[in-house]
Amino acid sequence: MERTEYNLIIIGGGPAGLSAAVAAYDEGERSILVLERDTRLGGILNQCIHNGFGLHTFQEELTGPEYAQRYIDKLEERNIEYKLDAMVMSLESGKDGMKEIMAVSEKDGLMLLSARAVILTMGCRERSRGALNIPGFRPAGVFSAGTAQRLVNIEGYLPGRRVVILGSGDIGLIMARRMTLEGAKVLVCAELMPYSGGLKRNIVQCLDDFGIPLKLSHTVVRIEGKERVEGVVIAEVGPDRKPIPGTEEHYDCDTLLLSVGLLPENELTIGLGADMSRVTNGPVVNESLETSVPGVFAAGNVLHVHDLVDYVSEESAHAGVCAARYIRDYGGEAKEEVKRIPIEFGGGIRYTVPCSIDPGKVEKYLKIRFRVGDVMSSRKVVVYLDGKSVLTKKRRVMAPGEMEELVLTEKLLKAHPDLSRIEIKVEEDA
Amino acid sequence: METRSLTCIGCPLGCQIEVMMNERGEIALITGNTCQNGEKYARKEVTSPTRIVTSSVRVYGSKTGERTVPLKTASDIPKSKIMDVIRDLAGVSVPCPVRIGDVLYKNIAGTGVDAVATKNVD
Amino acid sequence: MYDVVIIGAGITGCAVARFLSAYSGKFCVMEKSEDVCTGTSKANSAIIHAGFDAAHGSLMAKYNLLGNLMYPDLAKELDFAYINNGSLVLALSEEDIPKLEALKENGEKNGVEGLEIVDRVRLKSLEPSVGHVPVAALYAPTAGIVCPFGATVAFAENAYTNGVEFHFDTEVKGLTPAKDEEGNSCWVVQTAQGSVRTRAVVNAAGVYSDIIHNMVSENKIHIIPRKGDYLLLDRKTGGYVKHTVFQVPGKYGKGVLVSPTVHGNTIVGPTAEDIDDKEGNDTTSEGFDDLMEKAGLAFDDLPLRDVITSFAGLRAHEAKHDFILGEVSDAPGFFDCAGIESPGLTAAPAIGKEIAGELAKALNLAENPDFVGTRKGLPDPKSLPLEELAKLIQEKPEYGRIVCRCEQVSEGEILDAIRRPLGARSLDGVKRRVRAGMGRCQSGFCSPRIMDILAEEWDVDVADITKSGGHSELIVGFVKDRV
Repeated sequence: MERTEYNLIIIGGGPAGLSAAVAAYDEGERSILVLERDTRLGGILNQCIHNGFGLHTFQEELTGPEYAQRYIDKLEERNIEYKLDAMVMSLESGKDGMKEIMAVSEKDGLMLLSARAVILTMGCRERSRGALNIPGFRPAGVFSAGTAQRLVNIEGYLPGRRVVILGSGDIGLIMARRMTLEGAKVLVCAELMPYSGGLKRNIVQCLDDFGIPLKLSHTVVRIEGKERVEGVVIAEVGPDRKPIPGTEEHYDCDTLLLSVGLLPENELTIGLGADMSRVTNGPVVNESLETSVPGVFAAGNVLHVHDLVDYVSEESAHAGVCAARYIRDYGGEAKEEVKRIPIEFGGGIRYTVPCSIDPGKVEKYLKIRFRVGDVMSSRKVVVYLDGKSVLTKKRRVMAPGEMEELVLTEKLLKAHPDLSRIEIKVEEDA
Repeated sequence: METRSLTCIGCPLGCQIEVMMNERGEIALITGNTCQNGEKYARKEVTSPTRIVTSSVRVYGSKTGERTVPLKTASDIPKSKIMDVIRDLAGVSVPCPVRIGDVLYKNIAGTGVDAVATKNVD
Repeated sequence: MYDVVIIGAGITGCAVARFLSAYSGKFCVMEKSEDVCTGTSKANSAIIHAGFDAAHGSLMAKYNLLGNLMYPDLAKELDFAYINNGSLVLALSEEDIPKLEALKENGEKNGVEGLEIVDRVRLKSLEPSVGHVPVAALYAPTAGIVCPFGATVAFAENAYTNGVEFHFDTEVKGLTPAKDEEGNSCWVVQTAQGSVRTRAVVNAAGVYSDIIHNMVSENKIHIIPRKGDYLLLDRKTGGYVKHTVFQVPGKYGKGVLVSPTVHGNTIVGPTAEDIDDKEGNDTTSEGFDDLMEKAGLAFDDLPLRDVITSFAGLRAHEAKHDFILGEVSDAPGFFDCAGIESPGLTAAPAIGKEIAGELAKALNLAENPDFVGTRKGLPDPKSLPLEELAKLIQEKPEYGRIVCRCEQVSEGEILDAIRRPLGARSLDGVKRRVRAGMGRCQSGFCSPRIMDILAEEWDVDVADITKSGGHSELIVGFVKDRV
């Protein structure tokens, strides 16, 4: 069978893929294909019908579908090719640095494609009950918050009338409000950690507005009901996050929603053999958001889970630009030696994206995104280049649920021509 | 004196703000905030809290087989009217195609605000 | 008047039905659930035992070996997944080695071939993942793994195609002896849907087989549901173990097994807890902790962070710990297949063949001239060469529409699962047949679409679609229906 060639194939037509495609086009690349597995572009934004998207990107507050449409319009204006209902089954490295893709769709059948560069923008999925080892029966009525969101917002179905929510991630909070508005009673939202993973605004407007209690340091210890959920038991957890005997409380309910974290969906990335991060569950990338497989880039939630779609769009645009440059420069004169300076971090930082920097590749500026592992107040983030403090950013409060970012300018990096060490540390701010 | 407790949504600090009201229902004292935005937020939340409401209604005649179209109130409505908005939308079904911004319900719940579509459905 | 009513559509009942369908007669299977394979058969280790474990001279030993020998051919004839991967019983200390020798000797008496005690060096070459604790192992090259759903569905479909009726949601409430018009003995089987008469009854009711048995016999039996918790690991752990790895019972307790599945997952389990509730298949955190601790004795770095689901199964344990098979002395025409616990999955086809033969003899059944002993399973597009897959999608585009992304299952396959004889009626029914929803997201993405497909295919309201029959409805209404 013949392979159809493109310069750039983008896997996933959600916010990350759309933004990457538009940016690659604007950087001059014209041979682009976006592969989307759903029946419309926009990805998960299509079911996020609440408002609060786009404040950074468009300086106005949009709903998910509206935010997606802004980018879909940009894609259409540029006539960028895309295929819907198209599922990528495999991604492999082929001859001469080409990437080979096998995809299927109802309309186009089996597609064998190849590309000079690929951008991975497959997004993430929710952690399921199984990944949590919640004991008890396995009745109907246990849904991930995202599945409930789809059932309510897209299909118009009500998955339950008396609801307990485990996890105070933003999707869970948003669903507490959505279910309440659509006719369900949300009894409680339990959170394993002593702090919520969701935005303050969502706690106030999705729980407090409707009198839904948030129980921190609590978890579900039992699911009851053999056919449909009939109740769940919630207990307080100690500092070791293990349930404290005697604190069990029973709730009569027909539904348990789980909002217990998102996992980047990297089966294709792993299949390709790219180096993965155990912390983010995404690939390890350099300053160009390029994985350990040359010419394969990653951005958005497939790389690390974001809180705000605006940052997904911004990050993905960077990947689009870098992929377009990679294609343009491919096979050109011998480039200067590639430098790979790992970003070292400390003081409670869990990871950084990117993981390494080649200062010669940074044009204008580079954004470094990271998360901390605990709630901390009165801190400063300090960047050390070759051991010398070059940048300090004060933070009144830092939390695991809030992604942090830092900007390293080309100018700053150029001021250290023999740079060999980059460190980022969170320190006490006296 | 009545005291209202609020969580500020301005930033991740989430300050617990106390608003003391006098007998005439006027704000007497705002405490617990650590910045100006917190005071502004508390003042608004106590005197005239508003929200954007988002929901969805059924569609018919969709060529792509969609069942619903999402919508929002075109601007903030009083918080106390949220459930009235939802009740107005119960049983509403609109014909396709629908474009973002199309008015799906005029002057919803008597708020003077329209409910508008937030997704294109063919 | 039926010739035979089989109570229970688990692996045993369906195997009896399949072998019985080689004879002429009017047969039916009555199942209280909505589908085949919903009890003990659906939640077990999914392994084909070699046969060294069961006490020599027991029915378990006999039918284990016979079943083990039947599976390779049956898997081909009935087109279900089976892999002869071999098993290892680990000795976790030097003092366990005599126990391996005793197992080997017992196995050889049972007729198991190829048993071999391997030292640590050989063990590491056979199974490189084993940890630092095991010192030796009993290697059984004839052991295997199977898809229990696949095997049960295969037996049932083949029986159905050969004329056996299946009645789901049909719980047997009573059994009474009676006489037919000619004065011959028969049984009246009472169900919520009415009564039928039959010349013979087969009791393959799993954990309920004591209740059925005790309806007709004075020699009471007692089946204790023995619960076992399991953990199932992501397919990306495929290849971590090659063999089914047991631990010899020793100073650390009974031990758990770690095994690959035919679909490339890794399974860890079971615990063992005797309970009263015949539907008590709830998991416990103690069970999970127990599994993780014991599996850690065999493997140092088992990827337990890749658990995608956990479940519990109930084994139909009888106090004497042996199968109860054959016609009951004080109830002529009533045939037991009771106490079918491990190695029941392995023994099922041998039991099915034996009981079918006994029925044929007792009822004087002629051979079925139209019997077709083979069955073609659901086509798996993923296994096709590219050209053929391209052609398939061109002809039937629904095979190009992937519904379950984790297991890469197309709409075409889901439609197949529903449209087959005895097709799937619930989400779990689809999952058991084509694995949609079986993967790492545990049906988060695909369940809304599969609910719609089921509603459309069965022409029912989506609110009536269930997870697994009964009152396991997935949605309770529509948005704003009660605001």
